[in-house]
Amino acid sequence: MTGKTLYDKLWDAHVVRREEDGTALLYIDRHLVHEVTSPQAFEGLRLAGRKPWRTDTVVAVPDHNVPTRDRDQGVTDPVARTQLETLQENVNTFGITFFPMSDVRQGIVHVIGPEQGATLPGMTVVCGDSHTSTHGAFGALSMGIGTSEVEHVLATQCLLQKKMKNMRVSVDGPVGPGVTAKDIVLAIIGRIGTAGGTGCAIEFAGEAIRDLSMEGRMTVCNMAIEAGARAGMVAVDDTTIDYVKDRPFAPKGEDWERAVAAWRELHSDADAVFDHEVHIDAADIVPQVTWGTSPEMVVPVTDRVPDPAAAGDPVKARGMERALEYMGLQAGMPVTDIRLDKVFIGSCTNARLEDLRAAARVVEGRRVAEHIKLAMVVPGSGLVKQQAEREGLDRIFREAGFEWRDPGCSMCLAMNADRLEPGERCASTSNRNFEGRQGLGGRTHLVSPAMAAAAAVAGHFVDVRAL
Amino acid sequence: MEKFDKLTAVVMPLDRSNVDTDAIIPKQYLKSVKRTGFGPTLFDDWRYLDPGEPGMDHSQRRVNPDFVLNDPRYQGARILLARKNFGCGSSREHAVWALTDYGFRVVIAPSFADIFFGNSFKNGLLPVVLDEAIIDRLFEAVQAHPGYTLTVDLEDQVITTPSGESFPFEVEPFRRHCLLNGLDDIGLTLQHADEIRAYESRRRAEAPWLFDAGPRA
Repeated sequence: MTGKTLYDKLWDAHVVRREEDGTALLYIDRHLVHEVTSPQAFEGLRLAGRKPWRTDTVVAVPDHNVPTRDRDQGVTDPVARTQLETLQENVNTFGITFFPMSDVRQGIVHVIGPEQGATLPGMTVVCGDSHTSTHGAFGALSMGIGTSEVEHVLATQCLLQKKMKNMRVSVDGPVGPGVTAKDIVLAIIGRIGTAGGTGCAIEFAGEAIRDLSMEGRMTVCNMAIEAGARAGMVAVDDTTIDYVKDRPFAPKGEDWERAVAAWRELHSDADAVFDHEVHIDAADIVPQVTWGTSPEMVVPVTDRVPDPAAAGDPVKARGMERALEYMGLQAGMPVTDIRLDKVFIGSCTNARLEDLRAAARVVEGRRVAEHIKLAMVVPGSGLVKQQAEREGLDRIFREAGFEWRDPGCSMCLAMNADRLEPGERCASTSNRNFEGRQGLGGRTHLVSPAMAAAAAVAGHFVDVRAL
Repeated sequence: MEKFDKLTAVVMPLDRSNVDTDAIIPKQYLKSVKRTGFGPTLFDDWRYLDPGEPGMDHSQRRVNPDFVLNDPRYQGARILLARKNFGCGSSREHAVWALTDYGFRVVIAPSFADIFFGNSFKNGLLPVVLDEAIIDRLFEAVQAHPGYTLTVDLEDQVITTPSGESFPFEVEPFRRHCLLNGLDDIGLTLQHADEIRAYESRRRAEAPWLFDAGPRA
């Protein structure tokens, strides 16, 4: 008998029952909830006269719609306010743990789950948000789900699912200086494409992944969905356990010892077989910049904007032409000639403390370029913000000309007031460069925090390694 | 959930790969706390020339005559023909609600993103996967013949063209059963409540820290 992959182990530990066709009832240990994808689920429960199965597994927080400044004035958008009030009413009705906007623990759902220790190794974690893949960094099986599934998990503590395929992406060897987790994951997506992991759970492995902090691993797993995989994950090691220890929701005392012993098993066996294996040489990865309207449209900062004529496949070439037109770029131009209007440092991909430190290191003693209309830092949580301020990062950003905001999803998806105007071009540490993602007609380039900071200072993309 | 068994309807072609759920329904409409009313803002950024906001009378907006949804020959379409990786990106189920609210019951594509694919079945929208070569031929046929229809039969798992050519497709048996009968899968799962409780007591013995899982003193 061959060994099991990490995903096999997590799957097997959570199967409650199986249908004849292999569809399983999968038990869910942690359910994270935010204001946008939950109201219809709670309403569904109420209409059917059902109650949540286990409220102790649920943690709720507002993040998508919250304002990132002038919070003392409340939420001025009446439609957003109704949605936020609806979440408040639902958590009150059902007795769910909740971090409101006034709580220092409020923040982006995928930042606060790990920060609170609500995300633990070996768990199944779901949330009505595709970037739930983030939590797989802990050796957890974590997946984004739709609102009907949110309701299903609330009502039954289970998800109906078929087992996915096993895929392993190994990033072999160490990365060079100035190359971050964001560059690693963008390079992976550039290699396998936005549908490369469809139908798969991806385990990220190899020296470059093992070398990452938990925050770096979260950045990589966060964007598994941008490679098409609903779940991304990394095996448990000392880095994982050290991060989790003593967090508010983490087990304590004897439970902690038992848990750690169990978590030590959360890795793929040496003889485990994967359906797909991809190897990438870490030494080949340089800082990445997306040029188009899909995360797979990505090149090294040292490169040029690609030419659709070289694409081969006509459907792909048409997509590239369309993207170039939308982005207002010419094939063949150097990436470093792309001039920016706005810079956004934030999102569930890159708004943790290490991200802010990396950006601040680049910014310190420099000024945001004259023509940049807005450069903003949106910390991932109130606690990230508080710690950053203790370290004086807010001062560095402010003195350089950045705005220092309150935590939330902000301009990653522009549901609140933070957005691009038509035609504006942004260096963004977020995860999606889709048409209109950051505002109707807005143009998004995805980069690491250090690269975004460098672009803010230069006013155009630069290779952060040369600064 | 509205059940689905068989449908003959006009086909609308959407000739782009990687159509993401942000494009299907932009973020500003996600502020709604309802499941209905998303049809008029389906493909909002492509469909209209002026920016849209929740609460607007969308019938008064300027439509983009170049976008396929506004082409008179595809009015009344209930089958969407698409390219690969349809529905990628955000998990927002509002994308499916927008498609069904507009009137679509079937999306045919060479591949779908996983979350969108699952969301479709929960809302009576049938996603059908066909080979890329067949999809190419269907695009040609739709463009060549105004009013082109297809018949989609979920019971027999086959798509039939007006000329009688047929293409079989596969749907997982459990999902097919639920869709054919319009079943509420929460009700089905709760029939196994005893098994869920039995799992919980087993699991509590081996991993007690996963229970009483709120913040700890």
